[in-house]
Amino acid sequence: MVSPILELNNINKSFGHVHANKNINLTINKGTIHGIIGENGAGKSTLMSIVFGLYQANSGIIKVNGNEIKLRSPKDSIVNGIGMVHQHFMLVENFTVLENIILGFEGETIFGEKLQKAKEDLKKLCETYNFNIDLDSTISDLSVGFRQRVEILKSLYRGAEILILDEPTGVLTPQEVDELFKILRSLKDEGKTIVLITHKLIEIMDLTSEVSVMRQGEMVGHTKTENTNKEKLAEMMVGRSVLLRVDKPEVKRGEVIFKVNDLTVKDDLDVIRVKNVNLEIRSGEILGIAGVTGNGQTELLEALSGIRNVESGNIELFGETISHKDNYLNPRMLKEKGLAHVPEDRQRMGLVTDFKAYENLIFGYHDQEPYSKSSIFNQKEIIQYANKVMKEYDVRPSSPNLLTSNFSGGNQQKIILSRELNENPKVLLVGQPTRGVDIGAIEFIHQRLIDMRNKGAAILVASVELDEVLSLSDRIIVMFDGKIVGEKENKNVTDRELGLLMAGVTE
Amino acid sequence: MSNIVVDKTKVPWWVSNVIVPLVNLSLALLVSGIFIFIAGENPIEAVKLIIFGSFGYIQGFAYTLYYTTNFIFTGLAFAVAFHCRLFNIGGEGQAYIGGLGVFLVAINLSFLPVPIVWLLATLGAILFGAAWAYIPAYLQSKRGSHVVITTIMFNFIASSLMIYLLVDVIRDTNQMAPHTVKLPEEIWLPSFEALSGVLGIKIRYSPLNLTFLLAIASLFFVWFLIWKTRWGYEMRAVGHNTQAAIYAGISPHKNIIIAMCISGGLAGLLGVNEILGVSHKIQAGFPAGYGFTGIAVALMGRNHPIGILPAAFLFGILYQGGSEVTFEMPNITRYMFVAVQGLIILFSGALENLFRPQIESFFVNRLNREVRS
Amino acid sequence: MEFVSDLASLINSTLRISTPLVFAAMAGIFAERSGVIDFSLEGKMLMAAFVAAVCSYYFGNPWIGLLMAIIVCVSLSMLHGFASVTHKGDQVVSCVAINILIIGLTTALAAAWFGQAGLTPTLTEEQRFLEVHLPFADNLRDIPVIGTIYSDILSGHYIFVYFAYISVPIVYWVVFKTSFGLRLRAVGENPSAVDTAGINVFAMRYKALAVNGILIAFAGAHLSTAVNANFFREMSAGRGYLALAAMIFGKWHPKTALIACMLFGFTDALQIRLQGVEIPTIGEIPVQLIQALPYILTVVLLAGFVGKAIAPNAIGQPYIKER
Repeated sequence: MVSPILELNNINKSFGHVHANKNINLTINKGTIHGIIGENGAGKSTLMSIVFGLYQANSGIIKVNGNEIKLRSPKDSIVNGIGMVHQHFMLVENFTVLENIILGFEGETIFGEKLQKAKEDLKKLCETYNFNIDLDSTISDLSVGFRQRVEILKSLYRGAEILILDEPTGVLTPQEVDELFKILRSLKDEGKTIVLITHKLIEIMDLTSEVSVMRQGEMVGHTKTENTNKEKLAEMMVGRSVLLRVDKPEVKRGEVIFKVNDLTVKDDLDVIRVKNVNLEIRSGEILGIAGVTGNGQTELLEALSGIRNVESGNIELFGETISHKDNYLNPRMLKEKGLAHVPEDRQRMGLVTDFKAYENLIFGYHDQEPYSKSSIFNQKEIIQYANKVMKEYDVRPSSPNLLTSNFSGGNQQKIILSRELNENPKVLLVGQPTRGVDIGAIEFIHQRLIDMRNKGAAILVASVELDEVLSLSDRIIVMFDGKIVGEKENKNVTDRELGLLMAGVTE
Repeated sequence: MSNIVVDKTKVPWWVSNVIVPLVNLSLALLVSGIFIFIAGENPIEAVKLIIFGSFGYIQGFAYTLYYTTNFIFTGLAFAVAFHCRLFNIGGEGQAYIGGLGVFLVAINLSFLPVPIVWLLATLGAILFGAAWAYIPAYLQSKRGSHVVITTIMFNFIASSLMIYLLVDVIRDTNQMAPHTVKLPEEIWLPSFEALSGVLGIKIRYSPLNLTFLLAIASLFFVWFLIWKTRWGYEMRAVGHNTQAAIYAGISPHKNIIIAMCISGGLAGLLGVNEILGVSHKIQAGFPAGYGFTGIAVALMGRNHPIGILPAAFLFGILYQGGSEVTFEMPNITRYMFVAVQGLIILFSGALENLFRPQIESFFVNRLNREVRS
Repeated sequence: MEFVSDLASLINSTLRISTPLVFAAMAGIFAERSGVIDFSLEGKMLMAAFVAAVCSYYFGNPWIGLLMAIIVCVSLSMLHGFASVTHKGDQVVSCVAINILIIGLTTALAAAWFGQAGLTPTLTEEQRFLEVHLPFADNLRDIPVIGTIYSDILSGHYIFVYFAYISVPIVYWVVFKTSFGLRLRAVGENPSAVDTAGINVFAMRYKALAVNGILIAFAGAHLSTAVNANFFREMSAGRGYLALAAMIFGKWHPKTALIACMLFGFTDALQIRLQGVEIPTIGEIPVQLIQALPYILTVVLLAGFVGKAIAPNAIGQPYIKER
């Protein structure tokens, strides 16, 4: 007998003028794995945050097991058996696993026997689900996969009957994803209800029995998974037939312009993140780096763009060594040599959101003519240039004097892209080019990158979205644990092949 | 707590930058009035005295402008560092040491033509003030030592250092009190009194002097530096988003040092006013709290020269009018006005957004109504 | 014997002089561990000194003075909380404002009410805290070593001194062995984690600030109703900042912060004994240099020449729920 465990009726939520959830109706049945799919900005996370009590809905009713409840804070949700595993883990780095799990549920003011009992209870839970976690280990010592287990354990310990997971596989290798799915299936078999928020169609098809589709704040469809397929879901998600591949003409590849020899790079905590990496890029080619977040791509890109020191090995541009251990060519000098970089984290690195749009459009090039002469700005030239590129790249709204924080994610990304591409770089390094960007802008950005490549630039694209890598690259390399574990021409390569490499399974 | 959300793009600049600061100021003054009342005096009377003391007669007004001069320097000093997200609380110490620079140059080079002495003494002020800001800047950048604590410590150290020098090293040995000899009269900066005298107008003594013009010039200089040059741009980038600045090839270290040194140099210019223009010698404690007031001036003026000028002027009124109050009202001492400063920093700085949403949404709605009708 | 009694005297002074620093450092630890920057220890200490002196005088009882000081300091901490936690204003600016406000207000009111340029009336014996002599201190003084320790070092302090040193293990225990402490530390490291555990982040921070207010009040009351018998202007003389340096140097941990506080106390105690002393070849050390020693030491500690300190992760950042 299938009965609803969670019902949402006419849920509305606005943030200022942004209507994030519009009249959402949703019924989740007990003991099922229910998928909620939609692209970035569809409103899925907002909706689930309401269910978990982090936000309050502006209107609408929530029912658990048929009873209407008010969810004013996470405490209310937890009491009603709702648990959530967030995209960014809610863990205190320097606490132990045990401390993280009991936080807020200590059961006593002064630590004593309840702590002991909690430890025993948790050990039992771990055994039941085969979690294999050491309760006294510190979070900072754990891998991402294990941290996620801690999050799940936390929800279970607090008595969750409904477990919501928000984009759980973003940071996992395909193998870790399989393990997660095993855990979720066994939880379901035990009678728990799972809600899976994702934008990955393959997960929906693999795991769920029911799926709801959200688009632009609305619930646009609901179906049993067995009655649908990836193409139908994609169309519901986007509202039109999606072009999953961009047109890429064959282009003759030129010489090797950019070469990386035996590069080793450390991160801020002195841990080696890039291990003896060799790669080369020719003019007129896009080299894609596939890999799960955290396998060294970030540090590699930072080293290549002059932000991070090189531990050993060197980098060559047009045959000239531009970076090695004792010589650190900074971003400014690299720009002069024709190298441009579109960073992974645009808000943290690529832009100063408090600046006006035109100030960001010259960011990194501000000391060059024609923007400034002897360190004094030429306002007229700058505005002229700003107007030109904002039109060219369809940045909306196209006013150079507007504060950058007022632009959407996609338009901010376009500002960065227009800035870097305007210099006609010979080498372009790009990290996560379409993260947090809406689908219309994604196509635009991909096309621009292809255009650059057609004009003869050597482009490096690192992306955690396998689709994007397959779509853009002429050649693909896979990074795992700081090393290049595979290199393939982008002809008839499959997701599964790359997935195995991404998990460190070499041929 | 209200949950008003305002579309920021629709708020006119004069609402955010004039109306809201005025409301914050009024709140501070309101609470100040309460304090004056608690101290046993009539706040309304106090206000009347302040207005009379600062505007009511020419000499009073001249004093007001003299104070304004100092506040412009220290306000600009705090503001410049703030654009790089650095809280330079060391204006007092930097002004003190800047004064030392002025004096040392002037007394030793007094044989040179007068305008050259002025120029070199001013440079001395800037260099010495900048030098006193350099170590805290370096420690913040390289060691992460919080610049608030280090600059406050350097204020204390400057005080000890200057007392030592004034007592043991450069004292005017003919006098008991710790101060230096007077500079030769030729190199004194012409005072307002003297200049008016040249025009045939007789005015009573006031400390207002030519340095006032230097202060006005500094306002332009800072505006130009911060918004029209690459150095100001880089400072602001580092201040808003250090990570992004590194990405763009901007050096945080270099800009932290530059911002703090310019800041220290501006504070040092206070020495030009006090030593070349007013007392013509170094007296112990001459920074007299101007450095701290500069913080309030900068925050009230939203760290922009256009705001700092009226804010400095307002504080000039408070100081000059305030001394009239302390003269007439036995229960109020100058420390009451230190408290007023604290309130202004509180309402213009920490609580600046207390009523911002209500004010901004009020104006946005009112303007929309007008447009529609 | 000279040497022993000198040493005992030195240690005695160190304990006494460190007392306000210890309270302030413990106060700072509570606030900062919860993620709120507290540069206003200086101002609050001064305010506590003022309130304690004035109220002890009016009510004739130093305990009432202490109580009033606690109430006022907790209110100031709540104000700081309101500005930074609820209104998400800049925490450093809020602290600077409070410090300046208090310097002005305390002196202004003291002058207005008592007319002596910022001095409050001298407290009589009933109106202040007196030295506490431990039982049999006089009798035991002559016993070698133990007698000296008991009678000359441990006995004869103001009650605040004993409170201060007892507070350290209590603070340690609260912060590391109770659920309140666990949540406190969590709020300072990752407020989101605490929020999603169903705990109110803001309430947690306000509670931490309340404790902060209580502890710092003891520091101020010690200054004006125990060590001295009145309030005089700016009597905190930078101690609030020294305590901050001690806290940072001690990596926000009560035990190590205590050591740093005692180091400051020792330097200060030494300072008084060094005035007028001649060092071979250098001559007499200028008085002003010795007086500046604590401040110079603060800078040296902060420069991290003795190891780099890592602050609680979420410090200084207002917690914003809606993304």
